[in-house]
Amino acid sequence: MSTNTAMVEKYRNNFLKEVEANVEEGEWVKMCMQCGVCAGSCPLGNAWEHPPQEIFMMIRAGKREDVLTSDSMWMCTSCYNCIVRCPRELPITHIMHGLAHYAKRLGIQPKGNPTQWFSEVFWNNMMKKGRVNELKLGLSMYFKDGFVSGIKESLKNAKLGMNMQKTKRMAPMEFFGGHGVKNPGDLQKIIKKAQELEAARIEEHGK
Amino acid sequence: MADEKKIGAYMCKGCGLGERLDFDNMKMIAEREGKANLVKEHDFLCSAEGVKMIQDDIDNEGVTNVAICACSRRAKTEAFNFEGVAITRGNLREGVIWVRPDTDEARETTQEMAEDYVRMACFESKFTQVPKSSEQQGRIDNVLVVGGGVTGMTAAIEIAKAGYKASIVEKSGALGGHLADAWKDIPSRSPYADPVDTGVADMIAAIEADANITVHLNSTLTKTSGAPGRFAADISTESGSTTTENFGAIVQASGYKDYDANQLPELGYGKTPDVVTQAELEKLAVEANGGPIKRPSDGKEVTSVAFVQCAGQRSDKEGHLPYCSGTCCLTSIKQAMYFKDNNSDVDTTVIYTDLRTPGAPGEDFYRSGQQKGVVFTKGEVSEVAAGSDAHSVKFKDLILNEDTEMQADLVVLATGQVPNSGPDLEMQADDKADAEEAGEEYVQEIPVDSILNLDYRQGPDMPQLVHGFTDSHFICFPYETRRTGIYTAGPVRRPMDSLQAKEDGTGAAMKAIHALEDAAQGRAAHPRSGDLSFPSFRQEGCTQCKRCTVECPFGAINEDEEGYPQFNEARCRRCGTCMGACPVRVISFENYSVDTVGQQIKNVEMPDEFDEKPRILVLACENDAYPALDMAARNGNHYSEFSRVIPVRCLGSVNTIWITDALNSGYDGIVLMGCRKDDDYQCHFVRGSRLAGIRMSKIDDTLEQLNLEPDRVATYEIAITDVDRAPALINEMAETVEKVGMNPFKF
Ligand code: SF4
Ligand code: SF4
Ligand code: SF4
Ligand code: SF4
Repeated sequence: MSTNTAMVEKYRNNFLKEVEANVEEGEWVKMCMQCGVCAGSCPLGNAWEHPPQEIFMMIRAGKREDVLTSDSMWMCTSCYNCIVRCPRELPITHIMHGLAHYAKRLGIQPKGNPTQWFSEVFWNNMMKKGRVNELKLGLSMYFKDGFVSGIKESLKNAKLGMNMQKTKRMAPMEFFGGHGVKNPGDLQKIIKKAQELEAARIEEHGK
Repeated sequence: MADEKKIGAYMCKGCGLGERLDFDNMKMIAEREGKANLVKEHDFLCSAEGVKMIQDDIDNEGVTNVAICACSRRAKTEAFNFEGVAITRGNLREGVIWVRPDTDEARETTQEMAEDYVRMACFESKFTQVPKSSEQQGRIDNVLVVGGGVTGMTAAIEIAKAGYKASIVEKSGALGGHLADAWKDIPSRSPYADPVDTGVADMIAAIEADANITVHLNSTLTKTSGAPGRFAADISTESGSTTTENFGAIVQASGYKDYDANQLPELGYGKTPDVVTQAELEKLAVEANGGPIKRPSDGKEVTSVAFVQCAGQRSDKEGHLPYCSGTCCLTSIKQAMYFKDNNSDVDTTVIYTDLRTPGAPGEDFYRSGQQKGVVFTKGEVSEVAAGSDAHSVKFKDLILNEDTEMQADLVVLATGQVPNSGPDLEMQADDKADAEEAGEEYVQEIPVDSILNLDYRQGPDMPQLVHGFTDSHFICFPYETRRTGIYTAGPVRRPMDSLQAKEDGTGAAMKAIHALEDAAQGRAAHPRSGDLSFPSFRQEGCTQCKRCTVECPFGAINEDEEGYPQFNEARCRRCGTCMGACPVRVISFENYSVDTVGQQIKNVEMPDEFDEKPRILVLACENDAYPALDMAARNGNHYSEFSRVIPVRCLGSVNTIWITDALNSGYDGIVLMGCRKDDDYQCHFVRGSRLAGIRMSKIDDTLEQLNLEPDRVATYEIAITDVDRAPALINEMAETVEKVGMNPFKF
């Protein structure tokens, strides 16, 4: 990214333009009036290095690398508190996810970030049958750091698992196959088409 | 009017008064003590029938002075409005029955209160004359408008629309002021999205086409004398010729000058031509004529521009303006749009600490700027360093909390407005006194040219409030000044943009018309609008001490050749400050004098020291404190049965003789209620409550002489909203009296 540092200095707005072109709802970033309500409303705000308000300012200040490699937007839990409260009606949650997605697309997302890893597991899990397989998802979470810690994690959460079974939120038989949508093949086709469209759009913006 | 005075006292038994009070006794008191020639009661005095009863007595019985003992003097003024007679009011409703409980124990003291108010109404009446205006008035339908910018042009157009004449005196060679030099203006109508045409050409055309508007270009005022209804102004042209014209009223719309950006070298001004003020950017935009704006240094098309907000403003630094001009944020947004509308690729960054976008267009215009891609950065600029190509703006990013910088082809400084208001002698005198007191050397401010060159004893221009802005009460009476019939409007009054200036011009135009009409009928202007009385003085008693001339907040009193005060009735606001100031008490109004109040004070029945019935005198300003007490009564707030409230025009009209007399005749406590004074004053007569404060600080000597406790006299600032506080303060005095004991000077 150092290649365009000079450019960034002179044209602070370049990164803003890039975000507008490539990030979902990115064209809203310019409308933020820096009131700080989102930063104050986010239940996870304390855990963020840069709360949404700051992310928006950084984009406007041309801090491309700092923003895209940050793990801040990966912290968003989609609680929608900020969206509800933003006086300028920015779709903040969506922009957070949009930024995270864009960073990943560029391959510069923070490595080893658990949210990001989980999102991927979740996605792959869901894509198989069109429905999330809770058992497998849970297990892959627990065994993420290896077999031994996986067993420990599962035992810790045994009670939760039992309760989920009782309320029929998770079935042990899911381990063998599991439930799904009627025609997972069609779903995969739909997703593939969507991915093609997105790729084309990215292509068009040249990034 | 009849020389023979005939007092008619009328008592109302409506509104529950009949059930609470013994009217036979009150009627007897009016007759025997109050010396009323005619005493009548009515079940419903403000009804058509009751009013007719009074009118019949005026017509058939020759009643000249009507004392109405019913509700507050602020209530039913339409009903009790009789032509050609003097009216006084005894406040039995808001002053007595509403502030006392309806119980057996309270009955006796409530009745005593009512009887005293009857006495007071009769004695006030006895010393009141029917006001009639003097012979000084004139009518001139021409309004002088000083300044031909947006404010002045608007004022002139509005005056002409209302059927009067206006004459604009403009110093420069053209109408239009600052706005004429602007490329576009901030929009004044929805959707508030884009800069709009300034409209100056249309206004000038309208003025040129209007036979009722005269324009004097390249002209200034070399002398202004007279009073509302008969101002005379010498209008002198650059070439030296002078004409004298007469005017009924004056609108001063002398506007502002741009802050001198040479005082901002740290922001690069003067170091490179590419650092410009907003006013200079307008010129560049006019030159570009809708095309790309070019920077001054090398004529290159600007590709990046930084706006530095609050340049030399909102800052305590020497030579900076301490206030916010309130217009430059919107102007920067507008100017950033000049670039964006031509080429959206131009980088436009507004660096602000607080973005302030007041008025109707504000928020929408800001959003529109954001929509167009103007970048807003919260930061504080410390330096602008001129570069060989781009210039670097160094600032602290207040969101990201870091020192940073950006490059820009052009830097625009949002400098502020400095009022064009001329010198203020009074303020200079105050500053000088302050400096002497502090043992410092007084440095005379840089002399400025007078705008009006008033031939007033009190100085050539409008008194100022702060930072050179003319004195007006922003909220309550914005265009009023301390020179009656002269109204200030536009940025000379407070910083503002063209939209607000147009509103101001219109407002001041209406005030000016009102003033000339009032003057023509010999009536007072705001706040005693319509009052026909005016101060007169008994020359034999006058010691030529000049207190009245000095203290009059409105410059109404000059001195004649012999050194006696010379009242300019039309300049007078009827505040009574002169009356309160006069040590030999020779100043009075027909309907308000040392006697009208003094006699009320003296004729309250004073119980014996051992009766355990103290008397508390409350002198309440009729503008705020008295209405507050009325409202308290309406809300059912009770206060001490020992209080006797007398409204005064202004605390400034309180002559210390009233206080001395009251203490001498046995009052146990005195409460003075006026308006807030000093910089954020609320006084309707601007300086009245302040002067009263100074005078009352000397009351302590009187108390000491009489060997009385200083706690017996208390002065408070009361706002009209002090509905709970005002009664509480009266009760507090009752407690104080209980503590310190009764005044031994009762007879
Ligand atoms: S709440 Fe909205 S306007 Fe305020 S800082 Fe957050 S995004 Fe910006
Ligand atoms: S939606 Fe995301 S950014 Fe917004 S408040 Fe919730 S966690 Fe924070
Ligand atoms: S209007 Fe804006 S730029 Fe002007 S002084 Fe106020 S805050 Fe500063
Ligand atoms: S002090 Fe008040 S009442 Fe007296 S002349 Fe001045 S304005 Fe009139």
